[in-house]
Amino acid sequence: MTRLENFSKGIIKENPVLVLVLGTCPTLATSTNVMSALGMGIAATVVLLCSNIVISALRKVIPDKVRIPCFIVLIAGFVTMVQMLVKAFAPALDLSLGIYLPLIVVNCIILGRAEMFAQKNSVIDSAIDGLGMGAGFTLTLVLMGTIREVFGSGTFFGMPIPVLADNNVSILTMAPGGFFVFGLLIALVNKLSGDKPKKKFGCAGCPSAAICGQNKGGEAAVND
Amino acid sequence: MTKLIIILLSAVFINNYILSRFLGICPFLGVSKKLDSATGMSLAVIFVMLIATAVTWPIQMFLLVPNDLGYLQTIVFILVIAALVQLVEIVLKRYLPSLHKSLGVYLPLITTNCAILGVTILNIDEGYSFIESMVNSLGSGLGFMLAMIMFSGVRSKLEGADIPKSFNNSCRGVYYLAVIYGLRRSNREFV
Repeated sequence: MTRLENFSKGIIKENPVLVLVLGTCPTLATSTNVMSALGMGIAATVVLLCSNIVISALRKVIPDKVRIPCFIVLIAGFVTMVQMLVKAFAPALDLSLGIYLPLIVVNCIILGRAEMFAQKNSVIDSAIDGLGMGAGFTLTLVLMGTIREVFGSGTFFGMPIPVLADNNVSILTMAPGGFFVFGLLIALVNKLSGDKPKKKFGCAGCPSAAICGQNKGGEAAVND
Repeated sequence: MTKLIIILLSAVFINNYILSRFLGICPFLGVSKKLDSATGMSLAVIFVMLIATAVTWPIQMFLLVPNDLGYLQTIVFILVIAALVQLVEIVLKRYLPSLHKSLGVYLPLITTNCAILGVTILNIDEGYSFIESMVNSLGSGLGFMLAMIMFSGVRSKLEGADIPKSFNNSCRGVYYLAVIYGLRRSNREFV
């Protein structure tokens, strides 16, 4: 796999939100407007990039048995840094993201990439993977934020749009609208990829792996 | 006393974790296919929420705040919750094997469930006392259970419905959720 492919897979082929369906909670919660969607995307990308680099650099030092707690501590450290930076330099963003900023720690995308990619690959490849996945996450969030803000409240980055501002569909900015837009985007991606049975992405990195109904191992765990 | 009841009811119905705060959606979509696994998961969530709050609240108030270490909150909380869940699992396995059998599979997964970390951080942010925090955690857990059971009912009813192929799998779940959210909203408007 070339470096370019490594970077671009996060944006389309293995888009973390629309294909891997990870990180659903922040996606739905912060995509009510473009500004907070962009902020969330960038914050998560920074954490993902840093954690991928450090975990990949330490991959030979961290013992296999205690790797998950180690990863969580590293990720939590970076999240705390990002949290303090946002509080200091973008207080408005801190208010609009609220509880979702510290909750980047439990974002499945970050732990998932650490487990699936960073612990098996070199530092540079992991950094590129982190950037690509982060870009995919940010782009999806911004896309959802744009759809929801433009049609839901008739504004873009807070600026009113002439006709739409008077004819806004306010349900789009609320919870059900978020799910409709999210579902439509997933369906669109499914359609574009030709409804092929998707390549199985290792669920190992997701904390819900053993229980999640999407993989067969999970079904067995539930039935046991 | 009235305040406790208000906290409980608003945690269950108004600030419902799944239906209005978007926390814990991943396990919600994953585990809600069958009613019994939905119930098991929600019981485990209630249980872990309560013990996590019982441990993190004193840590924040008696360890972090007096020593001016508030910025360590995220790291300390996630570690404490992860360790606690492991410990509870070991204890249950040894002393209450029957309970472990029904809740055991769900326990490790909820370590990194954002609803658990969310409830502990929100309790601190809201400035609740210890008792109020516990009541809020109980309410949040019950609210999770309410949404989970409702959703698994709808899901099992609609599982055989004929829908376009692109909308299969994760999409299907997302759409059922949209319906539930819609119902909740129209309900509130009528009342």
